[in-house]
Parts: sequence; C-alpha cells; structure tokens
Amino acid sequence: MVSRMTSSVAQIFETMEYGPAPESPSLAHAWLDGHNRRFGMFIDGSWTALDDDRLFDSVNPANGQPIARITQATEGEVNRAVAAARRAFESWSQISGHVRARYLYALARQLQKHSRRLAVLETLDNGKPIRETRDLDIPLATRHFYHHAGWAQLMATELPGYQPLGVAGQIIPWNFPLLMLAWKIAPALAMGNTVVLKPAEWTSLTALAFAEICAEIGLPPGVVNIVTGDGQVGELIVKHPDIDKIAFTGSTEVGRIIRAATAGSGKKLSLELGGKSPFVVFEDADLDSVVEGVVDAIWFNQGQVCCAGSRLLVQEGVAPRLIHKLRTRMERLRIGDPLDKAIDIGAIVAPTQLQKIRQLVAQGQAEGATMWQPSWACPTEGYFYPPTLFTDVAPAATIAQVEIFGPVLISMTFRTPAEAVALANNTRFGLAASVWSEDINLALDVSRQIKAGVVWVNSTNLFDAAAGFGGYRESGFGREGGKEGLYEYVKRTAGPSSRANIQALSGTVEPDDGQQANGNGQHGALPTLLPPIDRTPKHYIGGKQARPDSGYSRTVTDPHGRIIGEVGDGNRKDIRNAVEAARAAGKWADQTAHARAQILYYIAENLSSRSAEFAQRIVSQTGRGLAAAEAEVEAALERLFTYAAWADKYDGAVHATPLRNVTLAVPEPIGVIGVVCPDEFPLLGCISLLAPPITMGNTVVLVPSERHPLSATDLYQVLDTSDVPAGVVNIVTGPRDALAKVLAEHNDVDALWYGGSAAGCALVERASVGNLKRTWSWSGQRDWLDRASAEGEEFLRQATQVKNIWVPYGA
Amino acid sequence: MIDERQRERVVPAHHEPAPPHVERNPGRDLDLGWIESVRVNRSAVERRVATLPGRRTVKQEWQAAWLLRAISCMDLTTLAGDDTVGTVQRLCAKARHPVRADILEAVGMAQHGLQVGAVCVYHTFVSTAVEALRGTDIPVAAVSTGFPAGLNPFELRVREIEASVAAGAREIDIVIGRHHVLGGDWQALYDEVKAFRQACGEAHIKTILATGELGTLRNVTKASLVCMMAGADFIKTSTGKESVNATAAVSLVMLRAIRDYYVRTGYRVGFKPAGGIKTAKQALEWLILMKEELGDEWLRPHLFRFGASSLLGDIERQLEHHVTGQYSAAFRHPLA
Repeated sequence: MVSRMTSSVAQIFETMEYGPAPESPSLAHAWLDGHNRRFGMFIDGSWTALDDDRLFDSVNPANGQPIARITQATEGEVNRAVAAARRAFESWSQISGHVRARYLYALARQLQKHSRRLAVLETLDNGKPIRETRDLDIPLATRHFYHHAGWAQLMATELPGYQPLGVAGQIIPWNFPLLMLAWKIAPALAMGNTVVLKPAEWTSLTALAFAEICAEIGLPPGVVNIVTGDGQVGELIVKHPDIDKIAFTGSTEVGRIIRAATAGSGKKLSLELGGKSPFVVFEDADLDSVVEGVVDAIWFNQGQVCCAGSRLLVQEGVAPRLIHKLRTRMERLRIGDPLDKAIDIGAIVAPTQLQKIRQLVAQGQAEGATMWQPSWACPTEGYFYPPTLFTDVAPAATIAQVEIFGPVLISMTFRTPAEAVALANNTRFGLAASVWSEDINLALDVSRQIKAGVVWVNSTNLFDAAAGFGGYRESGFGREGGKEGLYEYVKRTAGPSSRANIQALSGTVEPDDGQQANGNGQHGALPTLLPPIDRTPKHYIGGKQARPDSGYSRTVTDPHGRIIGEVGDGNRKDIRNAVEAARAAGKWADQTAHARAQILYYIAENLSSRSAEFAQRIVSQTGRGLAAAEAEVEAALERLFTYAAWADKYDGAVHATPLRNVTLAVPEPIGVIGVVCPDEFPLLGCISLLAPPITMGNTVVLVPSERHPLSATDLYQVLDTSDVPAGVVNIVTGPRDALAKVLAEHNDVDALWYGGSAAGCALVERASVGNLKRTWSWSGQRDWLDRASAEGEEFLRQATQVKNIWVPYGA
Repeated sequence: MIDERQRERVVPAHHEPAPPHVERNPGRDLDLGWIESVRVNRSAVERRVATLPGRRTVKQEWQAAWLLRAISCMDLTTLAGDDTVGTVQRLCAKARHPVRADILEAVGMAQHGLQVGAVCVYHTFVSTAVEALRGTDIPVAAVSTGFPAGLNPFELRVREIEASVAAGAREIDIVIGRHHVLGGDWQALYDEVKAFRQACGEAHIKTILATGELGTLRNVTKASLVCMMAGADFIKTSTGKESVNATAAVSLVMLRAIRDYYVRTGYRVGFKPAGGIKTAKQALEWLILMKEELGDEWLRPHLFRFGASSLLGDIERQLEHHVTGQYSAAFRHPLA
C-alpha cells in the first residue's frame, strides 16, 4: 500500500498518493537497548536475575523479527511474587485511601509523560497501528489510573463496609497489553489489594516498562509484581493457594479452564472472555456513519478485539446499499507498517493467530458464504491479513457463531426489530452490541433487549474508565471500570453478629431437650380423633403443583427423628421442567418495579395472615422454641418489605464519560437464577434468597433446605394467592447437592446461588463451566437475622448485571 | 425465527451505481422521497472528522506536492467592502504566480505552470479581473445573487448572474435562500437554483449553502441534494460572512451527499469549502477528507476548490520550509 520509492514532488502532484509517514521507533529501541534487550521479572520491587536458559523471544509481528528476550517464570518465582504481594498487602491495605490515591496519580502521570515511548513499544511488540496505541491504548490506560486514583481517595466513604480481598492474580491478553494491565491493576490497587500480574507471552514489554515506572515512583515493593511466561505461568497463578482473586481476560476456552481450576478454592473470580458482538443497522440509520462505525468495530486492532462488532445485521431494505458503501470504503483502508501514522490495519499478532483466521475464512467459503476482499495486496513480510467481508451467511454457518478474532466481518439481514433482536441474541456470547438508528424509540428498545454488557447506540468501541465493561453469558462475568467494577476487588467486612450463636438462633435443636414438636404433618404428635387429611406437597412448577418425575417422596423428620411430613423427591427432569417454566416466565422482567413491589408486599400480607402456622412449622422441623420461630417469621415478613422497598430504588447510574453522550449503567435482571437454600432458618433463609432475584425481575428455580423443606413448600399457597405470575417462582424439593449440580450444569440457567457445604460450593463452581454462569456460593451458616449482612445491596447486585448503554446525541 | 426461504434479491434501481458521466451535472427532477430519507448522525459525523487527522497524514515530498495541489484548487478570493481595481489587479497577479519561482524551481515544479483554480470577486470587479488574467486560462468567478444574504428581489438576482456572465465570469457563486431550507420548502429551493443555473448558461454554478445558518447537518445534506438536483456544478459551504463557516463536519456531510448523488445519477459534482481556511495544515486535512470520502478524481480543480484569501500565504511559508529546512516568515513572500 505505501509507496516506498522516493517520488518527485511533480509526480506526487499528479498521483496525489499518500507517502510514508513513519513514527520513529528510535527512543523505544534505545529503551530496549538500555536493557540489553533481555528482561528479568519485577518481583518484590526489584528485577530478577537473568537466566539464559529461560529466555524466549518477543517478536515484532510487522516483520517477524525478535526485538527482545523475556523470561519464563519458574514456580519458585511465582511463589516469591505471591509471597511478596502477601507481605505488601499487610501495609498497602492499611494505609489510607489518600496515600494510595497519590501513588495511582503518580502512575497516571508517569504513563502520560512516557506516552509516546509506550505507544511505540506497544506497536513494535503487538503489531497494532501507532494511531491506535497513541490515540487509544495509552490514553485510555492513563485515564484508568487517574480515575481509580479517585476511587482510592473515595473508597472509605463510597464503599463503607467493604474491604480489600488480598492478593490478586491477574492474567491479561495480548490484544491490548498495557490497557488491559491498567484495567486490572488500577482498581485492584485502588481498593487496597496487591497484585501478581502476568502479561501475555507475545506482548510483555509494556508491562515490564510499567514495572519500571512502579519502581520510579517509589511504589512500595511487592504491591505490583510482574511475572512473564506462557500459560504454564498463568496456571501457577490460578492454582496458587495464597491468591484471593483471579482476574482473567482472554479466550472463553481458557476462562472455562480457570473456572474449573478455581472451583471451591474460595478465590473470587472475574472473567472477561470472548464475543461475537452484533452490529445492528436499521433502515433509518445514517448509513455513511454506519460504514465508519463498521470500520471502527471490526478493523480496529485488526479485529483482535473481544468486543469487535463482528456480526453485521442489516435491515433488508438497505442491505445492498450498505454493502456497496462498505466495499467502497474497504478499498480505501490502508494496511502495512504499523509504525506508519497513516495505516489503518497493522499486523496480526502471531503466525498461529494468522493461521486460525485463514482457516476460519476458508471454512466460511466452504460452507457457502460469499467472501469479498479489497483489490489491493497485503505486505508479504510480517503477519498481515486483509479486511474481509462475508455476505450470504446463514446463522448456522461456523463463521456466524465462532469468534474469529481477526479482520473478518460477517453480515446477515433481518426484516423486523424483533428479528434483529433474535439474531443478535442468537449467540452464546454477550459482550457488546452496536445499534444504529436515528429513531430513539427503536434504538433504546433494541438496546435493552440485546443480551450484552455494553451497548453502543450509533457508535462503537467506546471505552472509558468511568463506565463498566464486561459480558453477559459466556463472555464472562464481572465488570471493569465504573463503580460497578470496584466490587470485583472488595468483599464485605464481616458483620457485627457472632457466627457462634447462629446455631443457637436457627439450627435444629438436639432431641434430648424435650421440646414439643407441634407440626401439622400427617405423622405429627397431635392427639386427634380423626385421621388427618394427607397433605403431601409436590413440586411447584409453572404456578402449579407438579408430581415428582421420580414418583418417589422423601420423608421429613423432626429433631427426634419422628416423621412430620413428606415432600417430592426431585430429580434432573423436575429441574429441567422448572427451568423451562422459569424461562417461559421471562416477561416478569418487563413488569414495572412498582408492580413487582406490590406483589412482594402481597406475599408478605398473605404470609402474615398465616404466621402462626409458619411458626409452628419451624418449631416442628427444628425443635426450636416458639418465640424464636415467631421471630423468624417476623424477620421474613420484614425482609419481604425490605425488598419491596428496594424494588424501585436499586437504580442505575449515568456515568460521566468524556463524550457528549449519556452512558446509562442499567442494572438488568440476569434471567433464570437457581437458588439452593441452606438449612439454617428454613423460612427466613428461603425468603432471603428468593426475594432479591424476583425483586429485580429474575425468575427462580428454588431448592429448599434439604433437611427442613416444609417451610418452603408451605409457601405454594401463599404464592398462589399473591398474584405471583406462574413460573416466576418454581420450587423443587430433594437432595440438595444433586439438584444443585443439575442446576449448575444447566445451560439455560443464568446464575446460581448456593448455600451449603464446602464440597457443594466446589461442585457448583466446577459444574458451572458449561455456560460460564455466575455462581454465588458460601459454605457454613449465615445469620439471616442480621440485617447488615443478610439483606440489601449485595444481594441485589448478585441478582443483577450492569449493562452500559452509550447514547451519543446531537441535533 | 429466521425465515429460511431463499431470499430474492429485489433491489431498487438506485442501489446499483449509475454509470459515470463525463459531462457536467445537468440536474434532475426533484426527488422529495430521497430528500426525506436523509439521515445524519451528528455525533458519528463529528467522530469521523475528529479522528481522520489522526488516521491520515502526508510528510515531506508528499506534503509539498499536496500543498501545491491545494494551490491549484484555490479560488483566490477578495470579497471586501474596500476592494478596488488596484487590489483586484494585485490579486490577479498573485494568481498567475502564486509561489516564488525559486521555491518552484527547488521542488522541480518550475515548468509546471502552477496557477490557482480561479479568482473570485464581486460583480463590480469581474471585468477588471478578466482583463488582468488575460492570456491565462484562470477563470474569474463572481459571487452573485445578492451575496451574501441572497435576499434581493428574485429578478434582480437572475439579472445579476446574467450581467456577470456577460462581463466574462466563467463561474458564478450563488447563495441559496436559507429561508427555503429552514421552512422545509424544497420545491422553492429547487426552482430558485434551477433558475439560477439557467441564467448561468455555460458558466459553472457554485451554490453556496451558508451552512452556518441552516441549523442542522440534516438540513445541510438535504439542501446539498436539492441544489445538485437543480443542476449545481459545485456545492459550497459558506459565504465567509456567516459566523460559522466551513467546518469539517458540514464538509463531510456535503461530500457524502455528493457521493450519493454520483452513485445514483453518475454525475460528479464539485465541492468548495470557504471561510476560515487559513492554514496549510487545514488545507491538507481537506484534501485528505476529499481523497478518503470521494477519491482522487475530486482532488482536481474541476471538482474541488478552496475559497480562501489568506491560505496561500501560509502554504508559501510551509513550502519554503520544505525547501530550506528553516521556518519562513510572511514578509518573504509577495503579497496578493
């Protein structure tokens, strides 16, 4: 593309070609030379000694030449890094937020001062155009540190009741090396954590330059540790027992492995994974602006972007015009030396990635789609791939489903907004979406319906530290940026109540205390002349009682071992049916918050009228005193009031991003949530876990306490009389962990809450990898009477996911 | 959900690009459906123009050549109330020799006969300019039709065009009635411009939209299309007298209108940004915008003009810097 010949002014006057416009790499090379082009690692504030046997090349993808050698970390070095981070955590977590803010501010300033060197270094190492590293990667990274300096300053007042997690292990990809580092390190440090970060082995140099900056500003040793190497080093971090949090950005495939590997470890996890993001164009869009949007969506960073708008969905009437405009535009894209300031598309990061792109494009053609590429040729030196457009793509085609992670756009057409939404959501991923229409009604309606963590209206690939970024579905969980991102790096400070007395408050009383169990199961102790009418609750599915598929019932006993009732013995088919009913009840999310609140109040009203019966049930199941049981029922009523109150108050935010726009951070229901209840507080525990999801518009499949299920099954009639739409609450009784496993493995369950054993926690986390559902699990008992720890914001946050909708405006 | 039927390609005729024509745009019927279908997203337009200078640049020989090209596309203009025969003659002398001979020599352009695209004056000075440019093929352009407000009686405006053409103007820069645009009366705008075009005869007509007074980018696009349908040879941003003149955003939407018109009709219409273009850097940005949005053909004076009075001076200084490696000064270059 770029003419390398020297041309005369007179010739150029006629041809009007672009000439070369190289950014000088000399200062970046000088920096590499200053390190003899060989790098150890940054651990505990100093550089490790070089070991020639463990050095490997970092290659410039634009020409295939090595530019430096970096170190493959050993297990001992990873251990040393974690130990250093642990030691540093003691003081780093204790110093004031203001002190941490000063350090973060210093990091931001230093990044800004060295911005051009870092941009050039990034381009040399990654192959992306200097235009992007200069105008996007480095400025956005810098802004992330500025923004989070602010959160460090405000943590004490804005996040009361939260504390840092400890040591964060962070593993980042090669597509935005320094920017992803910033997204990981800035919030972790701001919230008082220390980090061990591993950059991708193809692109570690800016992370090492960042380590040098940490030393320059005098960041205390051990607060930031950078270890380098391949996936084996990542595995050492993931499996390290003294790491409290894993934050990973990368492929969905590796994300699954990490989810499985950390299951049951107690490590907090956030995953930012792949995508196949829809780019939806309605017939009333500004098509010329759409074309530029497509360029920025799929040819930004050679398409190696997790949120790349890689599926172009166009309304039929304008599709031919748009495709024509797009092809015309593609002819004008310039590919070549990424250090050239007038280059649109640089090099693919590595030969294996290039090979993967080629193979998927070939597969797309083999499956019958029409491929189009511009007439010009790519450079032959280095790893380049031309911008590519597929038309005539069926949703069933491989290239319509898998993430290509290259400059390859596939296009499909739709007829109606409903079909656009259906196609947009016809994917396992849910990272981002772009919606183009000049009709605000249409644009916002579709934005709300698309399952994605970020939606850009009439724009694409907008990022800012003030706005959350992260996915729905198999694109991962957790957010980076905005206040919502901070929660990935904090945990609740332990509540005031003592765990020791939970047993006394809630648990089953041992049989030798002689308390009278007074339930109303058919085998209860009440003396009576008439035999009681059998009342065996079945499952509660789709608003009806449903006989268990197994045909078996389980007996429920009191603390003395006496049989006080029977419930259905649920199995995987009952769960399947319940999930289907819950999915079908999705319109619950469209109810107004006010309407949902009314129904919660109604549940409380109907429960209240039967409070004596529910208290007796608690007594008969647990053997606790009547006064304690009555207190539990009262607490359950109050909890319902709490969530009814919250229903129209758990608002989103409008983020202050630097653009003429509104960035709406909208808490949305997750969808179908599985809730597996603990044994303590059979009624209150159940209500405490049922109310938050339905308050926020989710539907629920609930597995009651295995030991004391009757308080939950008694709710059927309460729900029936409270106008709860069929399918919003579904209850399946039976063996806790077996049913939890079915829920965890179910690909149409979007999140799972589990209160039970440690082994059960591990089980559900491991089993959740299928659709990478969000899990929230804890072992041991909670004091459900303690309002500070058993209700409120944390539960609502777990019941929602934040969608950031960017809406630029302008008359 | 997805209809699996074989979808037929039923494509409205205008979706297939029309074959290109070489002759000047003859205009066409007013197509109100086309006008009403116009959509412009201001934020996206502004993003495009804000990022383009970071995406394209020209350096060294390329920059020098492009700056010389900018000169060849320049309508060297004087539209001041105190213009006299003397100042117009001086401007015409500069139009003949826009760059110092030693600089042209140094860049190998001495034999190239570099001259500006046109000289643009008020009607009063058309004959002066025609006389002063005799022996060159530099056309004289006249601003006309009650420039700059365009609110003189219609008949007078038509007669003014005829008078300027009779005096030797080969290009007529007319101003449109902004009230037609602001009132959405596209038929009135079409009729007016079409009448002006007829009055121009063989002279080329540039329609000045006065975009700073049209309110929205959507209006700019609609007005651009109506003018082209009425037979405009060029569409031009501004008179230079509005408080906001040629911005990158209005230029972009006008270029896109030109492109749509070309794709649908096969006729190429030219573009002239005017007002506030003072620096060589700005000139390069406009050339880049033209090249990116419309292609190389629109980098020639028959399809692209800068309306400018002080731009040439800055370009001369940049050219001297290119030749000598030293920064130049205004007084080292002959005045216009």
